[in-house]
Amino acid sequence: MFEFCAEPDTLGRIQWLSCYLTTGKHMNFYWSFLTVLVLLAITAPTALLFGFGGATAARSAFAPLRWFGKAYIAIVRGVPDIAFFLFFVIALDQLFEYIRHRIKCPDWVDPIWQGNDFIVCTAAKLPLGNAPQWVHETYGFFLAVLTFAIVFGAFAANVLYGAMQAVPRAQLETAEAYGMSRRQVFRRILVPQMWLYALPGLSNLWMILIKATPLLFLLGVEDIVYWARELGGSINERFTDYPHGDWRIWYFLGLLIFYLAFTRVSEIAFDRLTRRLTHGQATIGGEAMRKAAT
Amino acid sequence: MMTCWETIQAYGLRSIGIGERLLPRDDFTLCQQFTLIGSGMIWNLYYGLVAIAVGFFIASALAVAKGSANRWLRKPAEWFIFVFRGSPLFIQFFFAYFLFLSLKQYGIMPWLTSAQAGALIVLILNTSAYSAEIFYGALRAVPKGDVEAADAYGLSGWPRFKRIIWPTMLRLAWPAYTNEAIFLFHATALVSFSGFPTWGQRGDALYYASYFADKTFNPFVPYPILAFYFILLTLTVIAIFGRVNRQLNRHLPKERRQKMRLRMNLIR
Repeated sequence: MFEFCAEPDTLGRIQWLSCYLTTGKHMNFYWSFLTVLVLLAITAPTALLFGFGGATAARSAFAPLRWFGKAYIAIVRGVPDIAFFLFFVIALDQLFEYIRHRIKCPDWVDPIWQGNDFIVCTAAKLPLGNAPQWVHETYGFFLAVLTFAIVFGAFAANVLYGAMQAVPRAQLETAEAYGMSRRQVFRRILVPQMWLYALPGLSNLWMILIKATPLLFLLGVEDIVYWARELGGSINERFTDYPHGDWRIWYFLGLLIFYLAFTRVSEIAFDRLTRRLTHGQATIGGEAMRKAAT
Repeated sequence: MMTCWETIQAYGLRSIGIGERLLPRDDFTLCQQFTLIGSGMIWNLYYGLVAIAVGFFIASALAVAKGSANRWLRKPAEWFIFVFRGSPLFIQFFFAYFLFLSLKQYGIMPWLTSAQAGALIVLILNTSAYSAEIFYGALRAVPKGDVEAADAYGLSGWPRFKRIIWPTMLRLAWPAYTNEAIFLFHATALVSFSGFPTWGQRGDALYYASYFADKTFNPFVPYPILAFYFILLTLTVIAIFGRVNRQLNRHLPKERRQKMRLRMNLIR
């Protein structure tokens, strides 16, 4: 990175550290923080969408859809999430490959599960065997996002379902009295009002989502945990210009501080958002703000 | 080919080192999967029960410290709770493991690097922080009248805390604490991925479940079995804690009793 880094053996401490922290691998480490943020940025809205779908299904008048919605919420809540993460990544991967297999190789006769192996024709492999590295990484990341969205979608569905129930019944009845159809009541009255009730649950969910990001490591994505282990391990002078002992404890201390700071910042942001949404609402919080102002 | 009963005899206590040493390598039967994953549950139970039992007392002390007027007590408690609730349990496990590893290099408490001791300590501290926050909230919700009545009877200091404030706090906190207990058991599933080495393949339930999933490349059998065990465990916890809840509320008129309500799942 810097010009004086050409001869690492001769450097002073500060310079050595500044060179060490800017090696190519460390740049990958810093990029992986971005991976985590990108995952959050994509997963949060997707999970919200899943949650919205789940909550709407759970309130549906059509019984099978309602059962499906309620089962989706109930099952994910009763089981350790980590089991779901491990399950869905393999299950989704196999599902996609199986569908492609049926489409691309219709005349394949061998069974797909042969004893302990899962075998599909080469054209159906995901990603294709000859695909470049970045496709593999993107596919893994995509699976991770989908898994996160399914699991957190169930939590979000739970929160939104509660929020929909919390909107005062009188509001909906008034809307019906004005002659609105079910759909109109849902779109114009229920959905706009439910967010205030959903906010505490959703902010809680966001905190949980942040804290779930290290599980990316288990899903095989090269995330911050992966790089912290990789870079922190003691390394011999034969393999690097910057030999050092076992520094993993310092790397993980860094990650710990990163997460604490991230949580703290989110907390402050949600406090502000709650204040803004509460403003002018006919709730205890809104009333307190009105009194405080006068 | 072993019958199912023989399989249970051979593998039922394998996770604690009793019975057959070698894991089955191929032709996994359903019975083997059920038995070995169930055998791993012994460790999940161990982590959960010990962490709850020890964490309960630490949490009570922390909650009181956080509610204290003395800032030398309050600040450390607040920081402790913030650090353990604000960071992922997964990172805490890794950090603790490498901390214990470097302690081992100086010859200090080398046994801490085993999951059964090291991970347990992390779980204890973690659940203490989460429970302390619940207890602290309940402590603040103790009715003013109860404390005033205690004062009027001449109770103060330790007797007042032990006989009036603490039981009421516990009663108010219990539904939330039940949740905490359930999710602590769920969190024990993380241990096998936490960096702490699984010595001699004596892992917990998830260790065996992922072993089968890796070997058979078929996640549709071991993970539902794991889910089955955890749902069973969750129901047991609810039953036991529900009974304690009834005991705690027995002096109240029926409509004022605290209802047990299950809430959101948590990843820590």
